[in-house]
Amino acid sequence: MTGSLESLTYQLRINGALHTVDGAWLGESLLYVLRERLGLPGAKNACEQGECGSCSVLIDNVLVCSCLELAAAAVDTDIVTVEGVAGLDAAFVDGDGLTDVQRAFITEGAVQCGFCTPGLIVAVHDLLAANPEPTASQTREALAGNLCRCTGYGRIEAAVEHVIEVRRG
Amino acid sequence: MTVTIPRSLDAALEALASNPSATVLAGGTDAMVEVNYEHRRPTAVVSLRRVEELSQWSVADDVVRLGATVPYSRIVAELAGVAPALAQASRTVGSPQIRNTGTVGGNLATGSPAGDTIPVLAALDATVEVASARGRRELSVSDLIVGVKRTVLEPDELIVAVRFPVAAGPQEFLKIGPRNAMVISIATCAVVVDLGAHSIACALGSVAARPLRCTAAEQFAMAHTDWSHGVVMIDDPRTFETFGSLAASESSPITDHRSTEQYRRHGVAVMARRALMRIAA
Repeated sequence: MTGSLESLTYQLRINGALHTVDGAWLGESLLYVLRERLGLPGAKNACEQGECGSCSVLIDNVLVCSCLELAAAAVDTDIVTVEGVAGLDAAFVDGDGLTDVQRAFITEGAVQCGFCTPGLIVAVHDLLAANPEPTASQTREALAGNLCRCTGYGRIEAAVEHVIEVRRG
Repeated sequence: MTVTIPRSLDAALEALASNPSATVLAGGTDAMVEVNYEHRRPTAVVSLRRVEELSQWSVADDVVRLGATVPYSRIVAELAGVAPALAQASRTVGSPQIRNTGTVGGNLATGSPAGDTIPVLAALDATVEVASARGRRELSVSDLIVGVKRTVLEPDELIVAVRFPVAAGPQEFLKIGPRNAMVISIATCAVVVDLGAHSIACALGSVAARPLRCTAAEQFAMAHTDWSHGVVMIDDPRTFETFGSLAASESSPITDHRSTEQYRRHGVAVMARRALMRIAA
């Protein structure tokens, strides 16, 4: 990392690729850098206080709100955004490049306005990687940090259930 | 503008010594909200992300030493046996995303009355280890937090760890909020029993400017407990009600955007009563 009184320059590893962030302000969140500097608008910007989960990403395989991560302090970590979930496990990716979670959200109608969807996709991947067969209450607790104001969550839970069944084989 | 990501505690303390105005980032779940909302404009940051010695916990001689940056999700997963009330409180913090990053050190350093782990640590009589390049000192939770989001931490000091006894009896943590998930508490209550020492500790959150122990309620409960069977036996059912009332009378809640003084006081009475019922055999 190089810094001056005016700006910082550093690199972030996102979805396996190194990106250079140039001329950044110190206090920029990872969410801001992803969307406004690196052209990765998958993570959504809503509350900027960790309440809504729409900016969820993985940092070193841990689910976090990218709005609460200082981008310049995320150097030397592995960041995965919704744009990179297909890279998590090739076994779950179909011919269209969609993961089974993304496909299930489509087939179960778990997407309405779509704003919460990227965060939920990342959160569901994280849930099922740690716990392949969660109970309904475990799913609800795991997704409690992702607000959806359209679906009432029923279709989202159905999508998770669908993925569990498909992966069970 | 500098962002320092030290690899050791000593390096972190040196970084703070050379620039005490730097913003310390543990989980960032409080500090980044202030930055995002332009309430804080950092010119230097010390991130504790890579300080391994702060992110570990251990048990020796029946004392838990919890590193300041162990996230809540690890407390839930790893410490439920030795610190059940702390694990319960940690599970009520924010969302999975917040619990994956937020830390007890951050909870203490922010010093909000609504910090969920603070009443548990107060009930446990926890010791807070604080360090700077100038040396180390130890504080109780109530000596550390002296007002609403005000601590006695010097700008070059870090919270390193908290120490408290391994659970030696039942513990309970209760929290009231607008819903079950992802809420800032309206009121909280922690009860910690030491069966060997015949002690019952009760502490409250979100109902006072500082960490609050309910000493009258504690004394009353201990005086009405039969300890002879190695459990908390309370024969007179009125004890629970009185315990709750005493705890409520010791609280000093305010009315604000989250709740009213009256509801908080009522909630304390209900939670304290319920917590004592749960820890009683």
